Amino acid sequence: MLDGDPDARFLGGGTNLVDLMKTGVERPARLVDVRELPLNRVESAPDGGLRIGATVTNSDLAAHPEVRRRYPVLAQAVLAGASGQLRNMATVGGNLLQRTRCGYFTDVDSPCNKRVPGSGCPALTGEHHNHAILGASGHCVATHPSDMGVALTALDARVSYETADGPGELPIADLYLPVGETPHRETALPQGALITAVTLPPAPTAANSRYRKVRERASYAFAIGSVAAALDLRDGVVHDVRLAFGAVASRPWRAFAAERVLTGAPAGADTFAAAADAELTAARPLPRNGYKVTLMRNLVVAVLSELAEEAAR
Amino acid sequence: MASSTSSDLTLSVNGEKYTLTVDHRTTLLDALRERLDLTGTKKGCDQGQCGACTVLVDGRRSVACLQLAVAAEGHEITTVEGVADGDRLHPVQQAFLDLDGFQCGYCTPGQICSAVAVIEEHAAGWPSAATADLRPEAGPPPLTPEEIRERMSGNLCRCGAYVSIVQAVARAAEANGAAAWGSSATTAPMTSPARSRCSTATRTPASWAAARTWST
Repeated sequence: MLDGDPDARFLGGGTNLVDLMKTGVERPARLVDVRELPLNRVESAPDGGLRIGATVTNSDLAAHPEVRRRYPVLAQAVLAGASGQLRNMATVGGNLLQRTRCGYFTDVDSPCNKRVPGSGCPALTGEHHNHAILGASGHCVATHPSDMGVALTALDARVSYETADGPGELPIADLYLPVGETPHRETALPQGALITAVTLPPAPTAANSRYRKVRERASYAFAIGSVAAALDLRDGVVHDVRLAFGAVASRPWRAFAAERVLTGAPAGADTFAAAADAELTAARPLPRNGYKVTLMRNLVVAVLSELAEEAAR
Repeated sequence: MASSTSSDLTLSVNGEKYTLTVDHRTTLLDALRERLDLTGTKKGCDQGQCGACTVLVDGRRSVACLQLAVAAEGHEITTVEGVADGDRLHPVQQAFLDLDGFQCGYCTPGQICSAVAVIEEHAAGWPSAATADLRPEAGPPPLTPEEIRERMSGNLCRCGAYVSIVQAVARAAEANGAAAWGSSATTAPMTSPARSRCSTATRTPASWAAARTWST
């Protein structure tokens, strides 16, 4: 649909793209409005999971009865993001492809390796109190701002897309590319691909799940740290667990190392802290965001403790 | 494929049709204020961060600063000029007047449009981040001050009139028949609050051809 035009962009709710057009970060030659496409349904998937069309709005997703019943972590994550107005506009596909809110990225007068490859990263020595502690590089320390994506990552969502050559699918864990030396290359989607749906596999564990977000005011702000977690306990032992972090990396961060420590271990604050530490040993904080390591450790312990209490009920 | 960077379009605002030619990059906010002289909708930050430009699109609250006018064609826009019933104020407007839900008034049109939608969203059973029990069976939560504050958090007020704004929204919600806090929540069926009442804007796209393209 973009006719191979690299200067064309798909327009969903516009809550990020229109903003970036005003500041000059994005200068598309053409816009293709995808919201009238028949991609606005939430329906059961053949495997018992849930298929969410790419133009479903955040509001409709969070209000959907099946999401609220079976995947509460996802409903909570969506409701924790933005405002009622923005959730009415924003779409699921657009949410995954939104850009970082790093102030140097959005200021076209600043160098930024993500916006202008090779121009440098002022955040390394500048304002970085809300930048990445995991998976970053010396070329970029920006974070991915999505709340929804953190829950989708914990739930092993699959991302379907369409290209001129036909459809394709990626596990969400493979959607975002490592930062490395190419922070301007953000996703593994082929050029011109349109996200058409996000599919959640059946996840009984997700019935006991939650999203907790820490931010600098009570509502309507991006996270400085967040945790999406789902926990299934059997006789006090962790049978299954899903854990993902937000606002700490260039992508929603699946905490596989923590999950390995948790699986098969007795539920309790000590286990939860050990799991958090296992994940956070990889943290490389900057001079002014080291607080995030402590914050994430405490968040993991708190959220898992709440879920363990819930499971014991 | 059109290569012109402007288009003729028809906007439907407060029940009236307006035909105008716009640059494709024109926001709905600028079209309303600069072209249609509907200046009730206010420009605050112009970045989707303050809510002063809140309007209803097919009954759903949206910020007009982040919506392109061309993308609003075919949808029913309601601005603060259109929420009253003739000379009879909307219950939300009356409550803001009666309870001093403002000081300077600049954010007020956005607050009012937002509150109109908040009351509908709540009645339709939509949860918020302040809702303890998300299960649909739990029904709409009581519209407590905490719920109102969370649901209205997309509308900033630099004067800090929040205390009165929360009271005004609560009173208007009661007038609308919504469960006030402390009383038992009624179990409303899940509906799509806004779209259901705007039959004029319903479209059923059949194929990929439904995508609209604009040169910018």
